[in-house]
Amino acid sequence: MEVAYLIETVIKVVVVLLIFSALAGIGTYFERKVLAFMQRRLGPMNVGPYGLLQVAADGVKLFTKEDIIPTNVVGNIFKIAPVITAATAFMAAAAIPFLPQFEIFGYTVHPIIADVNIGILYILGVMGIGLYGPLLGGMASANKFSLISAARGAAVFISYEVITGLSILAPIMMVGSLSLIDFNEYQAGGIGDWIIWSQPVAFVLCWIAAFAETGRTPFHLIANDHEIIDGFGTEYSGMRWGLFFIGEYANMFFISFVIPLLFLGGFGDGSFLGAIAFLGKVAFFFFFFLWTRAAWPDVRPDQLMWLCWKVLMPIAVINVVITGIVMM
Amino acid sequence: MKMEQFNDRNVAENGYYMVDIEDYPTDGWGKFKRVVERTFKGELFIGLWVVLREMIRFDIHTVSYPAEKMPIGPRYRAVHEMKRLWESDAERCIGCGLCEKICISNCIKMDTKIDENSRKEVSEYSINLGRCIFCGYCAEVCPELAITHGGEYENASEQREHFVMYEDMLTALDKMKAGAQKEFEGFGAITPHEDERVKKTPLAY
Repeated sequence: MEVAYLIETVIKVVVVLLIFSALAGIGTYFERKVLAFMQRRLGPMNVGPYGLLQVAADGVKLFTKEDIIPTNVVGNIFKIAPVITAATAFMAAAAIPFLPQFEIFGYTVHPIIADVNIGILYILGVMGIGLYGPLLGGMASANKFSLISAARGAAVFISYEVITGLSILAPIMMVGSLSLIDFNEYQAGGIGDWIIWSQPVAFVLCWIAAFAETGRTPFHLIANDHEIIDGFGTEYSGMRWGLFFIGEYANMFFISFVIPLLFLGGFGDGSFLGAIAFLGKVAFFFFFFLWTRAAWPDVRPDQLMWLCWKVLMPIAVINVVITGIVMM
Repeated sequence: MKMEQFNDRNVAENGYYMVDIEDYPTDGWGKFKRVVERTFKGELFIGLWVVLREMIRFDIHTVSYPAEKMPIGPRYRAVHEMKRLWESDAERCIGCGLCEKICISNCIKMDTKIDENSRKEVSEYSINLGRCIFCGYCAEVCPELAITHGGEYENASEQREHFVMYEDMLTALDKMKAGAQKEFEGFGAITPHEDERVKKTPLAY
């Protein structure tokens, strides 16, 4: 039994790693295509049919590029920073139920690697550790743009951890559990049971914070291409830069899984239809990340901090208080 | 479209108007009101709708370049062409040397000799495209419309000097036989139907 559990877990880990590494690549393809269509361009067209093999071409390029360690960087930290970003992004996946449980050859598979009873806390914590990737990478790079980016990264991540935590706190109070499976079961009754109807404010706040946590466009300050080159990624080349990239996209996917699980009913009652609907919700949230990148401008760092501490945090606290009063 | 609106530089009376921008709020209450207004006005969603609309419309403006090309104007000044005479298919160039003389980057070199019929013949003619700045003076000064600028802008080589040879610039004989030589309408050429506008000189009376 123990051995079977071990083998099952290892297989699940490998499957999640492979699928989401590949999805990160395909995500870049979708991002380029969606952005291109929204800007009346064609996007990648030449590698493979409709540019589908562009991902493979990019992968080959990243893998075969020279791994440059610049002269004045702090070598070991510089080398390990991208690994932290990618690793924490994938570690967060351990507590996410990707699909409802299903049977295959008479064997019940739970598509969650570890159903820990503090799932959300674990995900938030590990994503918080993800801060060390940009922070250490930027500080070790011996590059002032990287340093600015590291400082911004620390500020943004720490500030928006507060928003995420406080906004999720209200739903957690209602559900009374930190496990994402319990969240799903709480909302299993159908659309009427979704937490978004009772906690719309928390939903919006959590969604806004997700943009900051993943560093996507309205809050794309950490690696702001037009302003501080590529931020913490400036000095990186080849697959180390690729790891930052995979980490960023994996984070986007995992957040796109977590938000529907928390607020939009997840996979519902666990039927096949529910699973398809869940993937549809995930696809919408991922698409929204790309959509905003085409539509919205970036905010300034001071505006971002203003938004966090003077607007979102008070609203989140008031939301928690009101939820508590209503529950009493 | 008439040219007058482009030639009229008097911007003050040309339909320009000041954009109506509200003053920025200075006190706290004003700033607060502005934040609330902007939050609930849904301006962000207008932006989202605009880009989504363009995506659904799928009105792509990309020219996928190597496969399709934009038309270029007849006055475009790319690699030179040497023309032939319609009557005899002989080269139009009379070896006068004006293009060599006027070339401001000294990229045209030519050599002439007297051939067996005691006519001046161009024996060597080369344009160093590595130096050429495509100013068009050679085409403008040419009395025979023999050297012109063509539309061929795609040239790649290991050395820029190899871009073009005289034989490549000269209209090919088979093209000439087919009557496919394009008469030059661009830089330095006379405008079409110029003869209708010519005034008689006193000698003709």
